[in-house]
Amino acid sequence: MKYSMQALLTAALIANAPASAQEAPEIRFDSIPNALQLPAGIYLGEVGGVATNSRGDIFVYTRTGHPTVTIGTSRPFAHGGSRLFQFDRAGKYLREIGKDSYGFMFASQVRVDPQDNVWAVDQMSNMVMEFDPQGRVVMLLGRKAENVNVPARSPSGRGGGAGQPTDLFDRPTDVAWDAAGNIFVADGAGNARIAKFDKTGKFVKSWGKKGTGQGEFANVLSIAIDAQGNVYAADGGNRRVQVFDNDGNYKAAFTNTGNAQALCITKGPNQVLYVSNSNPEDDIDRDGEIYKMHLDGTMIGKFGKAGKLLKEFGTVNAIDCRGENTLFVGETGNLRVQKLVLH
Amino acid sequence: MLTSSVALAVLFAAPGLAQRKATIENVPDIPFSSAPNLLKLRPGEYLGEAVAVATNSKGHIFVYHRSATTRLFEFDQAGNFVKEIGSGYYGFEFAHSVRVDKDDNIWTVDEGTNMVTKFSPEGKVLMVLGRRPPAVLGAQAYPAGPNAPAQKYILCRPTDVGWDPQGNIFVSDGYCNNRVVKYDKDGRFLAQAGSEKPGSGPGEFNLPHALQVDGQGNVWVADRSNNRYQVLDNNLKPIREITNLGTAWTVCISAGPHQYAFLSNSNPNGNMPGTWENTGEIYKAELDGTVLGKFGRPGKLAPGFQVVHMIDCRNPNEVFAGEIESWRVQKLILQPTAAKAGAH
Repeated sequence: MKYSMQALLTAALIANAPASAQEAPEIRFDSIPNALQLPAGIYLGEVGGVATNSRGDIFVYTRTGHPTVTIGTSRPFAHGGSRLFQFDRAGKYLREIGKDSYGFMFASQVRVDPQDNVWAVDQMSNMVMEFDPQGRVVMLLGRKAENVNVPARSPSGRGGGAGQPTDLFDRPTDVAWDAAGNIFVADGAGNARIAKFDKTGKFVKSWGKKGTGQGEFANVLSIAIDAQGNVYAADGGNRRVQVFDNDGNYKAAFTNTGNAQALCITKGPNQVLYVSNSNPEDDIDRDGEIYKMHLDGTMIGKFGKAGKLLKEFGTVNAIDCRGENTLFVGETGNLRVQKLVLH
Repeated sequence: MLTSSVALAVLFAAPGLAQRKATIENVPDIPFSSAPNLLKLRPGEYLGEAVAVATNSKGHIFVYHRSATTRLFEFDQAGNFVKEIGSGYYGFEFAHSVRVDKDDNIWTVDEGTNMVTKFSPEGKVLMVLGRRPPAVLGAQAYPAGPNAPAQKYILCRPTDVGWDPQGNIFVSDGYCNNRVVKYDKDGRFLAQAGSEKPGSGPGEFNLPHALQVDGQGNVWVADRSNNRYQVLDNNLKPIREITNLGTAWTVCISAGPHQYAFLSNSNPNGNMPGTWENTGEIYKAELDGTVLGKFGRPGKLAPGFQVVHMIDCRNPNEVFAGEIESWRVQKLILQPTAAKAGAH
């Protein structure tokens, strides 16, 4: 796909326009203390994902424990480093899913599909793992590398990020479904594409590569799909959210969202979009607020800021918005999930 | 303000020694006894390198140690095991320090994950400083070459934590950065002294290995590879240095209205020939730097010391010492010293 110079200039002008986010009204909100009651000996690490199912159970996929590379082996193998926990709607701990799973290394996201299956996305095993409500593995996308490179390969040695026409991912970050059950994977932090699979897991197509133009991404950190099947992609490195139709055709970009890192679209007839302008992991003195938007990109309001206290955010990586005014927010910086009630 | 003995030590300072004999002379010995088997571990459990020990207001003893994984144990004042905190916690990989604040929160400093963690007395994570290097970036080689510029909220092998009476947080950082960082009580960056680069001038550091804050809000830093302690004011401006007590491994400031400083010229790792004769003693001093006495010497068996890495001195007459190479915590009962005339 080619772009005219006019289109590129227009895109640049939009990107440089004053952020209307500045004028967005503040939404009053509270954070419920101790929203999750962790039993002794269970600790959250960096929260990659948080999601709820239809009963209100809360799933947290977190980077915790001791990520390990072996010695005394034919090649260096890596394992561990992430766990998936389930809590009931009151925040009481229920159980662990996928304990010691081969694919749990660096939690990136967890989402629950309309059938209450739980999908974990792992950025290091490069896998998307579907568990049924009983916690059994249903379907896998991607494959974990057999061994790891020591020293680590240079991230700069990678290609254009377009990926392969397969389910081989490079640091996938998120998963979403349309009404027909097609699966969309944000791929991701290494690649810069969105991959579409049918509901059986068969590859359909993918789009996107590294870049700043329309349909290109610095990275795809999160995706969400509305009731019409449009795909919203958090392109935080380009400080925008891009919108595509169900086949990947570019429709729009929202350039007033800052470092868009986490997305959520509510259910129901009047859908709204939450976007986190997440602060960088190395700085709590900038950004951090969450925007509430209409699906056309106009601002409804904003709330929060970066920090370490309750009602402050330390690099939000996940938003659950099953309830429009009751959000669960997962943070990598503060090793926690906050339950937010918007007023 | 320098004491005369400190001034003399400055004149005779010799650079470049990895471990140094203290130049101070005629320091009286403080008689003491050791209770080396105070801690009663659960059957089948062991301490690893006991690099960190601290007590809370009830006298409970916290030991943060390098076992197969790094672990944090709590014991009561009689040494009975109470609980483990942080089993499997993401911020534990290679213990360096544990300290307890005035509200009995427990703070761990982990130089493997570059994280400082504040736990409630019950063991719940309340706040973290720093970030663990992401595993997704792969196995990290041993750090080599010039350090990257120090960042406000990223630590590099941090070593210790302390608080002033207002609750501001001070972190010594560390083995790759060479600085002291001040955060407010909510974890927001306020200031730093030093940088990623080692230095030997006032307010510069070469391996700031331990840190504590006295009741006036002054910050005491064990500036280990510079063989000195530096005292900074609350805004991290250097006030003075102490250069005659050998190599500055660790520092403790006791509680109560009359505070004392405990300063350790620990015997170095490896027990190289000659080091047992020249090192291993702990000094007790007034906060103005006047040395009141010293105790201890190297030895494999208690009451000998095997690389004292951290001292708890909440009670200046009942001191806990955590040692690297003996995998042991000793409780040391010290004969009280007469305070320096006029000191307060």
